[in-house]
Amino acid sequence: MNRKTDAFAFDAETMARAQKIVARYPEGRQASAVIPLLDLAQRQNGNWLSQEAMDYVAGLLGMPQVRVYEVASFYTMFNLKPVGTYLVQVCTTTPCWLRGSDGIVAACKDKLGVGIGETTPNGKFTLVEVECMGACVNAPAVQINDDVYEDLTPETMGRILDELKAGKSPKPGSQAGRRGSSPQDAQGGPKEEGGDA
Amino acid sequence: MLEDKDRIFTNLYGFESWSLNAARRRGVYDGTADILPKGRDWIIEEIKKSNLRGRGGAGFPTGMKWSFMPKDNSLPHYLLINADESEPGTCKDRDILRHDPYRLLEGALIASYAVGAHAVYIYVRGEYFNEAAILQQAVDEAYSYGLLGRNAMGAGWDCDVFIHRGAGAYVCGEETALMESLEGKKGQPRNKPPFPANAGLYSCPTTVNNVETIASVPEILRRGAGWFNGFGRPKNNGTKIFCISGHVNKPCNVEETMGIPLRELIETHAGGVRGGWDNLLAVIPGGSSTPLVPAHLCDSVIMDFDGLREVQSSFGTGAVIVMDKSTDIIYAIARISAFYKHESCGQCTPCREGIAWLARTMARMVRGDASVDEIDTMIEVTKQIEGKTICAFADGAVWPIQGLVRHFRPLLVERIEAYRKTARKA
Repeated sequence: MNRKTDAFAFDAETMARAQKIVARYPEGRQASAVIPLLDLAQRQNGNWLSQEAMDYVAGLLGMPQVRVYEVASFYTMFNLKPVGTYLVQVCTTTPCWLRGSDGIVAACKDKLGVGIGETTPNGKFTLVEVECMGACVNAPAVQINDDVYEDLTPETMGRILDELKAGKSPKPGSQAGRRGSSPQDAQGGPKEEGGDA
Repeated sequence: MLEDKDRIFTNLYGFESWSLNAARRRGVYDGTADILPKGRDWIIEEIKKSNLRGRGGAGFPTGMKWSFMPKDNSLPHYLLINADESEPGTCKDRDILRHDPYRLLEGALIASYAVGAHAVYIYVRGEYFNEAAILQQAVDEAYSYGLLGRNAMGAGWDCDVFIHRGAGAYVCGEETALMESLEGKKGQPRNKPPFPANAGLYSCPTTVNNVETIASVPEILRRGAGWFNGFGRPKNNGTKIFCISGHVNKPCNVEETMGIPLRELIETHAGGVRGGWDNLLAVIPGGSSTPLVPAHLCDSVIMDFDGLREVQSSFGTGAVIVMDKSTDIIYAIARISAFYKHESCGQCTPCREGIAWLARTMARMVRGDASVDEIDTMIEVTKQIEGKTICAFADGAVWPIQGLVRHFRPLLVERIEAYRKTARKA
């Protein structure tokens, strides 16, 4: 195969983060950093892993390239082909299905005009079906890039996609206005997380 | 019903901030520095007495697991905290990570001391990106206040905590797959023995515990083993976070006492079954791998390890998936089979091929496009898979089908007959 091995390299900021990550593991165990480094590579590379990116990580960690390919193809969050700017991942495992994930899939197909595994012609959205994302009591749930949208209805799903299309940043979390995994009518607490309240 | 004063997870819903100040106000880090000087043996003995059993699904006694760690081994020791929460129905550790991270870090410090580990890795499932980010902030803050690191809390113990995010693989919740993954490999489980306590991460002595298990430890030691084992039946003690999903009026997570009747759990905390208790069809009581419990058994079933064994199911992670009478239960289980087919690591033939075959057969069962004999063939295949693979993944994959056939065989037959009738007409 004819390809340039120098076609991918971490930028300075990513390299600094990579070095911090490698330092978490004992001397000689730098291969432990392969998943987090592939994640960094994917983020820098427009949300997918090219062979050049994988080879670069292999070189950085002193691993045989094939070991890195094995890891990249084993874990579902690594995209080995280009995906849209927004990777819309609809959970359809039983807990989400019981709460209407079929309707969420239909709303996504309808709104985006693509089927499962397809990308919109403008390259903005890729629609995929995923397995349980661990938000079961807030089902149905959809993960878009790093954010999880919960307690969805076909209507709220459509609105979220419209907002993304319009370049806005819809608020992740429950779309039914409840806090975390609390029962719907539970009261309490600050509206924003974190900080020294 | 568990009283508020007995809750461990007082910020489960994030009504308060996760910050260090807020955590301290909730009692986190209260007297931690006094617990460590009581010694490793005292801590392990107290946890043994509390009857705390692992909250990640297998329910192994935590104190006993810790006692397996060698004391005369000069290799580094490791504590791995399993935050690879992926069992469908389960979403409790997520709440600890994002709403009460210091409770976990306090537990990590104590547990690391108990097992003799100076290094702790918290393996967080890759999808919990925002949760891992919060946890990382908490770790950084804990270091800056001397709650982690060298001579943590002035108690004379060095404890480093590192966060490691996975990248999407259910099987990495299996402890040896988790270690493989942490070593930078595919998450394929290892044969046991050697057991992790002897040769785990990097072939060094290793203990792997679930997030909820570790986060429960400080409060148990503060209040005493007698407080914790005062809840629930013998060997099934303590409090537990339950996740109630599916066809209930108010799906939620809630901490309750072990041994709460299923019906009380659902009706008190989750607003009851959609359409009323009589509209219940079945419950998957402990995450996707546990066999379903049909409605007539749900009236009296007790939510603990022994209670669910009595109805030929399993307590698992305490994730209750409720299905009302509108549910196509054959599809509900077929979808779980599809999940396991997708998540098999492919290492053992019975799992890789067998579960794929079962998933395909279950997909036909949904339509009724099968013969009645095939129901028995399917069960026979599950028996040939069970117990014949390196890890328990395959067992968990076949149990849901066994549960379905055990309780809903007539429905499968009916579906097949209906399909034949329409096929003949066509």
